[in-house]
Amino acid sequence: MIPSIPQPKFYKHLYAGYIALFFIYLSAPLIVVSVFAFNDSLFPSMPWEGGTLAWFFGDSDPYIGIFNDSKLLESVGVSAFVAFWVTVLSVTVGTCNAFLFERSQFPGKNFLYIVSLSPLVIPGVILGISILVFSNFIANGVEEAIGWDLEFLRPGLFLVIIGQFAFITTITTLVISARLRKFDVSLEEAALNLGATRRAALWTITIPFLKPALIGAGIVAFLMSFENFNTTLMLVGSDAPLTIAMFDRLKQGSTPVLNALSLLLMLVSGGLALLSVFVQRDKKS
Amino acid sequence: MSNSAAVKSGGFRLGLLLLALPLLLWLFLLVILPHIDLLLVSLRERISYGKYEFSLINYVEFFTEPLYWNTYVRTAVMSIFATVLTLIIGFPVSYYIAKVIRGKGKNALFLMCLIPFWVSELVRTFGWMILLRESGVISNLLQWIGVADGPVEMLYNDAAIMVGLVYTSMLFMVVPLVSVLDSLDDSLIEAGYDLGGNAFTITRDIVVPHAMPGIASGCIVVFMLTLGNYLTPNLLGGKDSLWFTEQIYTQFITRFNWESGSAFGFLLLVLSSVIVWVGLKLSKQTLSQTVG
Repeated sequence: MIPSIPQPKFYKHLYAGYIALFFIYLSAPLIVVSVFAFNDSLFPSMPWEGGTLAWFFGDSDPYIGIFNDSKLLESVGVSAFVAFWVTVLSVTVGTCNAFLFERSQFPGKNFLYIVSLSPLVIPGVILGISILVFSNFIANGVEEAIGWDLEFLRPGLFLVIIGQFAFITTITTLVISARLRKFDVSLEEAALNLGATRRAALWTITIPFLKPALIGAGIVAFLMSFENFNTTLMLVGSDAPLTIAMFDRLKQGSTPVLNALSLLLMLVSGGLALLSVFVQRDKKS
Repeated sequence: MSNSAAVKSGGFRLGLLLLALPLLLWLFLLVILPHIDLLLVSLRERISYGKYEFSLINYVEFFTEPLYWNTYVRTAVMSIFATVLTLIIGFPVSYYIAKVIRGKGKNALFLMCLIPFWVSELVRTFGWMILLRESGVISNLLQWIGVADGPVEMLYNDAAIMVGLVYTSMLFMVVPLVSVLDSLDDSLIEAGYDLGGNAFTITRDIVVPHAMPGIASGCIVVFMLTLGNYLTPNLLGGKDSLWFTEQIYTQFITRFNWESGSAFGFLLLVLSSVIVWVGLKLSKQTLSQTVG
């Protein structure tokens, strides 16, 4: 059970074996995706036909590598654009919310706190359709009333950004609030006593303290937006973000160019994940 | 004096209002009003172009058409099953990380549990497709060791969906379990042994009761994510996956029947909220404790 209690060797090995099996289960799909990125075959499946880098750099049909696949590259660009705006918006609003919930008292605070947690328990597909229905309602209302066609309220990138923002803000709010809760208010008071203005105290004391959480929340927001599928699926227009483009290819059956792309995505998101763990770790210990 | 205090408090009020503005806009425009509108749309019937009337027809249709009703129940049952399976598989692993292994290995194992989940769900599901398909890795492995005579198709059935769902949900079970088991004092387990307990009775009477908050929050999050999943059932289950989110997608995007799609969406939301609420009540937790 625990190291201080002696256990028969057989059980110990059995337990360790189970843990090993579990990690094989965890890593198998990722390893398989990466390995088949180098398979010299038109389909990401057995048998192994020898190694190639064509799925990265190839430029002759049907061996089109990821760096020459303009459609996929375009969708990476679309995703990065969406993720950038979602990150900026959700970290900004999340910071405001953190100050509001941690520092202020106002009527209805508890109710608003519960509502702001609710996007986490609303399935992504439903969040998507509710925003689709509501924005359509507004667009139709405006068109009937004054005849303007508000194009951005129809399915498209604007709605994708708004839809992802709606639930990612909950996460940035939680991350930033958690850090703000640890902040010692007397530091800010000391700055005010020493003659700093409120704004100067905020920018020189509080914001630098929050920086790890702001960066961490930003990385999480970017990745969650980049990888989001459910909400995006319901709101997407003609410009497909990466997850939607990859989903369409997967359904049709694709060449291992998807494996090459997946491998690159794993490297980037794995790197960002480690970075966010590193940034948020307290320097004390 | 009183005048300046009034000005000051007025300024404070204005500042608070400005700070609250993004929150209010976010919650009202993107969460509250859209869901009210979803409910209203689900309660209307299209009479002719641009003309609607209040009606319960969309809900009546759901309860009278066996396909919709069965898909709904099937999705709920399979989600509960996937949640239980994730708990059973994840609990020993979490216990191992929290209690058995010490030092650097502990952090390394925990990090290894987290990393796969920074990778997009699409990539993970793609990996399972390569493993399970007829020309895939496992099928070839089985032929190579002589268990199977020909290619084995393991994709497009309920077991494949289950494997993918459990895989995708594992992180959300392991993280709360590890953190709650970490807080269990070793001396309690030692005392249990001193008093004549064995591994089974100690797990039942000490470890599991202590871990209950973590079990509850893990199960709630996993259940919710599974219920709302679209990608995994769709890609691993193929045409017969019959997941309720697929019905919503079909009504909205393929059939362009927003009224009935909204009703379906609302029913899924009700199902998810009811089960989350029951889970919170049974484990005596609150929503803020669970996700906060």
